[in-house]
Amino acid sequence: MQDEPTPIELTTAVADFLRNDITPVISGHHAFKLRVAINMLDLVTRQLTFAQGSDTAEAARLTQLLGIKGSLMELNRALADKIGKGEVDLQTPGLSEHLWQTTMDKLAVDQPNYSSYKREAARDER
Amino acid sequence: MIEAELTRCVASFYPGASGATGAAKLSGGASQETWSFDVVHPDGHVGAILRRAPQGYGASPSRAAGLDAEAALMQLAYEAGVPSPRVMHVLRPEDGLGKGFIMARVEGETIARRILRDEQFAQARPMLARQLGKVAAGIHGLPASKLPPLRQMSSTKEIADLEREYRSFDWPRPVFELALRWLGEHDPGPSDETTLVHGDFRHGNLIVGPDGLRAVLDWELAHLGDPMEDLGWVCVNSWRFGEIDKPVGGFGSREELFAGYEEAGRKADPDRVQFWEVMGTLRWGVMCCGMMQRFRSGPDHSMERAMIGRRSSETEIDLLGLLAPRA
Repeated sequence: MQDEPTPIELTTAVADFLRNDITPVISGHHAFKLRVAINMLDLVTRQLTFAQGSDTAEAARLTQLLGIKGSLMELNRALADKIGKGEVDLQTPGLSEHLWQTTMDKLAVDQPNYSSYKREAARDER
Repeated sequence: MIEAELTRCVASFYPGASGATGAAKLSGGASQETWSFDVVHPDGHVGAILRRAPQGYGASPSRAAGLDAEAALMQLAYEAGVPSPRVMHVLRPEDGLGKGFIMARVEGETIARRILRDEQFAQARPMLARQLGKVAAGIHGLPASKLPPLRQMSSTKEIADLEREYRSFDWPRPVFELALRWLGEHDPGPSDETTLVHGDFRHGNLIVGPDGLRAVLDWELAHLGDPMEDLGWVCVNSWRFGEIDKPVGGFGSREELFAGYEEAGRKADPDRVQFWEVMGTLRWGVMCCGMMQRFRSGPDHSMERAMIGRRSSETEIDLLGLLAPRA
């Protein structure tokens, strides 16, 4: 078992330092690069926070949809293959819901400020 | 040091010019560079842009039209009254600058967020969609007999290209599979008319001023094909920059785009445009995955490329919105 602080606490600390202490003293192209760096660290923090829960739920949905067991990669390969061959499609019960949920979970990590995501997430909250 | 070569070059084609100054690199890719500079002239400085592939650079990607074709298309567009920079000079070997051309610099804004938010463009925004329709019609109406040699594309070929590229990444994406399947089932086949297609008609390649659209840039992806491709590409959600309910570049409606297109004497086909919007969304998604590949394999190991790789999920939610909208 690894010790504390946790990876999430570490990446958050670095991002906070860059945001609060370095951003005010940097300008021009390096300021742009710094923003990208901070965004990257924030993304890693979100993935560390959410991925375990969303991966477990995704694997459970895939097992249900496909009727097989396997790693998340194997299950996604199997689903991609079946969609490509037309063996499952949007008429297949649960497929659309699965794709939406999986995609929402990806965006919650990748780009939670993306317009389409924000609109769909607001609908989910209502 | 590039100024020395530019000074020699400028003196050879610009009467009265005594030099070049203020050279600054605007962008540099694996195969091309863009430089901004001023021609020094007794009547005052003249803004210019150099677009070139320096000697020894890698071959341009297979989809690229090539710099000679870009120069020919820009000049043709300029002469036909399509807003486009005037080509001042096509580079010759004795210029020592590589292959490419020099064009007039058009002042204005290309950054989408500024065009969509800044007060100075408030008057321009409501007219841009219609203007874009008119300009697209102008591009599609350029005489086939005068066009340089270009690759010929069709919806069927484009689907196959995207599928091949997606498969080469060897990373399963069920939403992309769904999109490829949909595209195959809804492929409208060859268009009635094959025209020049700009190929990258969107924010970033449009110079806008407070008075509206001033120039269309970057003809690198120009080809022959279905003219509706350009109208679909400009509607892809990735180019709306948050203005999600204004499908044309975040500033206007499809109806305005089509009206401008039809005022210029051409007919828009909304079903084909919708098809190309789905294709364009997938295309941008595949391009994002390609950025990830280039980040991983080098030579561009930059944070920006890595982060663009993580934007492919944006196109997945947009594909679902187009193909499987939630009730």
